[in-house]
Amino acid sequence: MNFPSELQYSKSHEWVRRQGNTAEIGLTDYAQSELGGIVFVNLPQVGDEVTMGEALGDVESVKSVSDVYSPVTGVVSEVNEALLDTPEAINQDPYGAWLVRVERISETEELLTAEEYQEHIRTEQ
Amino acid sequence: MGSFVPNTPSQQEEMLQKLGCASWKDLYRDVPREVLLEDGPELPPGMGEQQALARMEELAEKNKVFPHIFRGAGAYAHYIPAIVGRVVKKESFLTAYTPYQAEISQGVLQAIFEYQTMICELTGMEVSNASVYDGATAAAEAAAMCADRRRSRVLLSEGLPPQVIETVRTYCFGSGLPVETVPLAEGVTDNEALQKALGPDVACFVMAQPNYYGQIEPAEELGRLTHEAGAKYVMSCNPISLGLMPTPAQCGADVAVGEGQPLGMPLSWGGPYLGYMAATGAMMRKLPGRIVGETKDSKGERAFVLTLQAREQHIRREKAGSNICSNEALCALTVSVYLAAQGPEGLRQTALQCCSKAHYLQKVLEEAGLQPVYEGEFFHEFLTRAPRRQALLKRLEEEGYLGGLPVGEDMLLWCATEKNTKAEMDRLAQLVKEVLA
Repeated sequence: MNFPSELQYSKSHEWVRRQGNTAEIGLTDYAQSELGGIVFVNLPQVGDEVTMGEALGDVESVKSVSDVYSPVTGVVSEVNEALLDTPEAINQDPYGAWLVRVERISETEELLTAEEYQEHIRTEQ
Repeated sequence: MGSFVPNTPSQQEEMLQKLGCASWKDLYRDVPREVLLEDGPELPPGMGEQQALARMEELAEKNKVFPHIFRGAGAYAHYIPAIVGRVVKKESFLTAYTPYQAEISQGVLQAIFEYQTMICELTGMEVSNASVYDGATAAAEAAAMCADRRRSRVLLSEGLPPQVIETVRTYCFGSGLPVETVPLAEGVTDNEALQKALGPDVACFVMAQPNYYGQIEPAEELGRLTHEAGAKYVMSCNPISLGLMPTPAQCGADVAVGEGQPLGMPLSWGGPYLGYMAATGAMMRKLPGRIVGETKDSKGERAFVLTLQAREQHIRREKAGSNICSNEALCALTVSVYLAAQGPEGLRQTALQCCSKAHYLQKVLEEAGLQPVYEGEFFHEFLTRAPRRQALLKRLEEEGYLGGLPVGEDMLLWCATEKNTKAEMDRLAQLVKEVLA
């Protein structure tokens, strides 16, 4: 399983790629493998406010629906519309298939490094 | 009821033993003492079949069944082809509950799939669910489908039946969606009032076609105004009228709902009826309730399944748009058989008869002294003034005629369907003339 070291990770299995005051958010390799084949993504709209620790959308597999939690407080600047047609991209390329980009970030939760995240998964299991 | 077999006392004994209980009362040991009925509910002793039947007939005698019906207002007396009863009363359909181990019941799933297909053909919409309880809850569920984080205000035309408005208010109260009504002008939704009410926080505008007072609304125009404001358009259509009128899809509806009772269900003192719900492809994932899908099994043969279940509350839980997890399976089957028996041409003829007979009725009633309230076009219902309203209805009742529904202080809402005859309507007009003389 893949855990790119340049990314930060949340305990709820999202990854964050910081670019200045913008954050790119997606689901980790572990998350996509637990969910199984993803069939639909429910994304927020550009301009929506997101709050640290609260759901910004959800992801649907054949048998379950899982919330995606925002690791930051800010405003959605971009949404990955391609995922609406090919949600399976999250399974195939979890770190390339970003869900949302958030700007005007005012708060960030405590995020984990790649090693800390791997340890977190180990203890969760 | 030939296949119903209750548990025998010795079977009950065996079950209790397996469970480690001394008596059936042990099964209730988790119920707080204060709400427990210690010796079970107070019921009179059981009756034999003959006695029970006599008692039921005695109670039924208290109802007044009218041979000549000229009232609609949400439930309509239409002719039900004999084949409908024959198919629907087959035990395997009649006694089966809505399937939970769904894929075992391929026959039921196929019947529902056919129903969904016909609803799509009737409304022109891309996807239909397996039905909900009635037209009123269908409208309420449709409003919930359209709401999102930014748009939560629900606009209802006052042309919707009062019971639908009340039901939508109840549902929206629970979900915290503000509800506003849009008044009528000259019997149809007031264009200007709608435009004023629309705004960036409005989720949808819900209207009825034809409306409660029988009037035909400018559906396409209302849809255009609604979409211009970025809101969704919900149309609640009488399904018989769809045999003649433009489809909700043609009028730009995002969601099409309605009361399905006219499609083969008897009046039955208010139920069971059926709510149909159909939507555009874009709204498919917001549709509540069951949806049957067609797929291929492991041998490559056609099979039916319940599909898109991640919408439903048993998976999506508190995030689900609705808590419904059932449908009106037997009523949906009824609709399928009725529509199959009618075919598109049969339905068109039925609609034509309803419309032309209602227009004849309005003419003879006007000649007899009951002035129409509105000048607009109508389908099969219309409002008239009704001087001496109470005396009028009483005289009609004496002859077995159920006259129009009293509305407001001095009006009656009349209805004619294909079941009414010219002779009936002429007799009705005669009676009215006598009372008003």
